[in-house]
Amino acid sequence: MNRDYLTIRDVVGPLVYVERITDVKYGELVDLQFPDGRVSRGQVLDISEEVAVVQSFESTQGIDTNQTKVRFIGHGLELGVSGDMLGRVFDGLGKPKDGGPRILPKKRLDVNGSPINPVERAYPDDFIETGISAIDGMNPLVRGQKLPIFSGAGLPHAKLSAQIARQGKVLSGEGEFAVVFGAFGITFEEADFFIKEFRRTAAIKRSVLFINLADDPPVERLATPRVALTAAEYLAFELGMHVLVIMTDMTYYCEALREVSSARREVPGRRGYPGYLYTDLASIYERAGRIKGRPGSITQLPVLTMTDDDKTHPIPDLTGYITEGQIILSRDLHRRDIYPPIDVMPSLSRLKEKGIGAEKTREDHSGLSNQLFSAYARGKEARELAVILGEQALSETDQIYLRFATDYEERFVNQGEDERRTIGETLDLGWSLLAELPREELKRVKPEHIDKFLGNRVA
Amino acid sequence: MARPEPVDLAEVGLRRAHGRIIRVAGPLVVAVGIPEAKMYDVVRVGPDRLLGEIIELRRDQVSIQVYEETGDLGPGDLVEPTGAPLSVELGPGLLGSIYDGVQRPLPVLAELSGDFITRGVDAPGLSAERRWSVAPVVSTGDTVGPGDIIGLVQETPLIEHKIMVPQGIFGRVAEIRGGERTVDEQIALIGTEHGVQEVTLRQMWPVRRPRPVAGKTSPTVPLITGQRVVDTFFPLAKGGTATVPGPFGSGKTVLQHALAKWADAQIIIFIGCGERGNEMTDVLTEFPRLIDPHSGRPLMERTVLIANTSNMPVAAREASIYTGITIAEYYRDMGYDVALQADSTSRWAEALREISGRLEEMPGEEGYPAYLSSRLAAFYERAGNVRAEGSPERRGSITVIGSVSPPGGDLSEPVVQATLRVVKVFWGLEDKLAYERHFPAINWLISYSLYADRLSEWWGAEVDPAFPKARREAMAVMQVESELKEIVRLVGADSLSLGERLILETAKMIREDFLQQNAFDEKDTFTSIARQFHMLDLIMSWHRLALKAAEAGEPLERVLAAPVREAISKTKFLTDDELSRFAEIKEELSSTYE
Ligand SMILES: Nc1ncnc2c1ncn2[C@@H]1O[C@H](COP(=O)(O)OP(=O)(O)O)[C@@H](O)[C@H]1O
Ligand SMILES: [Mg+2]
Repeated sequence: MNRDYLTIRDVVGPLVYVERITDVKYGELVDLQFPDGRVSRGQVLDISEEVAVVQSFESTQGIDTNQTKVRFIGHGLELGVSGDMLGRVFDGLGKPKDGGPRILPKKRLDVNGSPINPVERAYPDDFIETGISAIDGMNPLVRGQKLPIFSGAGLPHAKLSAQIARQGKVLSGEGEFAVVFGAFGITFEEADFFIKEFRRTAAIKRSVLFINLADDPPVERLATPRVALTAAEYLAFELGMHVLVIMTDMTYYCEALREVSSARREVPGRRGYPGYLYTDLASIYERAGRIKGRPGSITQLPVLTMTDDDKTHPIPDLTGYITEGQIILSRDLHRRDIYPPIDVMPSLSRLKEKGIGAEKTREDHSGLSNQLFSAYARGKEARELAVILGEQALSETDQIYLRFATDYEERFVNQGEDERRTIGETLDLGWSLLAELPREELKRVKPEHIDKFLGNRVA
Repeated sequence: MARPEPVDLAEVGLRRAHGRIIRVAGPLVVAVGIPEAKMYDVVRVGPDRLLGEIIELRRDQVSIQVYEETGDLGPGDLVEPTGAPLSVELGPGLLGSIYDGVQRPLPVLAELSGDFITRGVDAPGLSAERRWSVAPVVSTGDTVGPGDIIGLVQETPLIEHKIMVPQGIFGRVAEIRGGERTVDEQIALIGTEHGVQEVTLRQMWPVRRPRPVAGKTSPTVPLITGQRVVDTFFPLAKGGTATVPGPFGSGKTVLQHALAKWADAQIIIFIGCGERGNEMTDVLTEFPRLIDPHSGRPLMERTVLIANTSNMPVAAREASIYTGITIAEYYRDMGYDVALQADSTSRWAEALREISGRLEEMPGEEGYPAYLSSRLAAFYERAGNVRAEGSPERRGSITVIGSVSPPGGDLSEPVVQATLRVVKVFWGLEDKLAYERHFPAINWLISYSLYADRLSEWWGAEVDPAFPKARREAMAVMQVESELKEIVRLVGADSLSLGERLILETAKMIREDFLQQNAFDEKDTFTSIARQFHMLDLIMSWHRLALKAAEAGEPLERVLAAPVREAISKTKFLTDDELSRFAEIKEELSSTYE
């Protein structure tokens, strides 16, 4: 049921106001046909008897109020899905971008999805071994979790997320994997890094890529994560795959949202972002998870670059309020050439407790990581004191902790880009660091674990 | 929820006009042509008859917040008024349930629409099929009024449900029936001035109107939570109010869950308001397995869950806290102590802000509407210790604990500030403590409880006469520690006196061996109030004895190296059956240092 109108009244930034329309629905998809023949997709954001407010996914450059035709499509934005998506590259709205054939959809799905009924969720508790000690040992990732990487300009988040995608595996081993990669607003070079990376490791065959680059229309970015997650949901919940969704960079997504909001002259919230940013982000992040009785899962690894490395900025702040923890990269560690420069203390995996332990990883995992956290915290405190008072002024114990903190960063956190440590190796490494500390300081590990794992180890 | 169906007015020769949508903007719909529209009445919107509520009247235009996604609605779609306000269904079967923000039972929705919540599905809050065994407690001819108990139902092994005469009904019992009844079957007929009124197990109450009480009294009894920093340092009273603000990851949800598990309330209402789906799943999987330490029964038997997660419709999130507190009031009126937890009230406030923005109201601070603080105050005011209406006489209470999620952890933001003006207990969570994995990350220097003085009488009588003093001393040590740490930072530890160094050691013991409590350790997660006292008493006794020994010339290293300290640090893992262990350790203390 297509309806065409030539009744554009105003164009404000990405918004097109169309009047004298009938039977238009909220959220309906629109084609804007420009005088030069170009066609842009759009979506109804507000509809009244007098006027429909349409957000154009592409630039409104060249639009006019006389000849531009507005076609209402009769349904919301949809994605045609099929298993054939694997191995393919699409644009931000789901059109093939790799020169390959169109996908013959098995189904057409509304990209907004529907909320998973909380009673139908299965609690995520399968440990994913990423091979990275700072993650596996301290803030482990589990299947079905949403765990963002909080990064900053110039930090190696791309390397790290690619390494996780490459190395991540579930110890119990069952299930088919897929990677859905959503890029919004990143540079060609960064996208190219991922594509090459997926090619190099042959991961491309089990990947679906949705790419909106820095010079692609910004408003399209509002659709891209939803398009990518719709594909992921199909692969996970209908085809039973374990899907890792990498979304980069959430900051550009939020900026696009702000642009549309300000064009609508909405009351801005903090830093100009709309008051509904939390709800909007939740509609993306909450699409991670597992569902009872269905074999697949969606694990999300969103990446965001923090403005000024400030995690109280609305984008990381609201993200942290929704996701199940965060992996925070530190500029200081990066400067000291530590890779991955993960700042383990403010990092967090909220699903850790149920994903580790005797049956999942090893019985000493929880206590050991708590001990490492508290020893490292103490060591960092000693380091601060040493800056003010000089190292000699530290007590003997504080000096031991200071050395521990440095060793911890250089030996435990630091590892190679292609180095894959098993969880056993990670935990053993942790114990060998603890051997530097006096035994009576080890209050957070169980005595029997000290006997079993620390034994006669010497630092 | 009260999905009041339109009354069949054709029967009485009337026709209620259907309105017509003229605008759709997100969760807000504007309609015209509903002359009888009243504020907060429920309407049905569009072909799928989505649930909505009238929130503004402006001339002939009616603004409606819709509790489901509004995609596919457009001008011209019909709006059906129901003539009734948004209400909850009250009656047996609430306990153990999990609802969305407008009391739709989520397991039933799953049966109807599968793993994902689709639009337009609906189900009553109480099962129409289930039968309950009703035991009448009044007889024909008795005079009854609102709130009077006329019958009992054993709702769960733990909770006896009291059937109360609904508001506005005074008269004589014309008929009363026991036996196996569904919620819609008649339990009693009451002859009133206005004719005979039927009473069923299912009763309705508009969520935005507090249920009436005979009187309110100030809280005097603690709500024991088993959380040491809470009960001992910053206690909460039954019928009181508390807030727990903190940045993400600081431990709000884990603390709220711990309270829902271990607080000595008889009924728990837990509202997941705009937060994570998996957190509700966690509660749902854990609670049926966990045993209430006070009653020995599975926790789920005393719990009602309301889950309107962040990705569920925002208007239903706004309603969720009212749905929750109305259910709380209903059990309070039966004479129970109810604890209600809202995690997080910030998400409720944001829902309010979103709707207000769409109504194009004049924004106040940070875009929140000017009525934010009055709405918050009115919500917390529904907490309290009450004398219920009706006979026999009963006392009940509602304790409200609200999380706040301040942007960037900034406590000066409007929701925190508006909340602090009304609540009496403030547990301030701090990210720095959380990073060090000091949990619960309640900052002892900024937190407070205005009940502490009032409750000290109770402690003196019920726990130990020495409790208030031990508490005061311990808090003083923590205060002094922060000052000493400042000195150490500036000039190093060498400048400290012997006594000062010992205070730092004692403070460390208070922090590590008392305040830190691991919610995931089976034993540590709950500490009875008796054990809390003994633990603190041991640490403070150690302090006194160690100080004496050090002052008498014993080298500090030796004072600190005593094995008895290790024994004290393990008291976290004792149970109430092992109370005698405390006396032994105390004995050991004396023999070590005297
Ligand atoms: N009492 C506690 N014991 C152990 N761990 C805790 C405790 N409180 C919080 N945590 C840890 O902190 C994490 C974040 O807590 P959570 O309550 O989810 O934070 P918030 O709701 O404030 O964002 C948890 O996943 C857990 O790892
Ligand atoms: Mg939380």
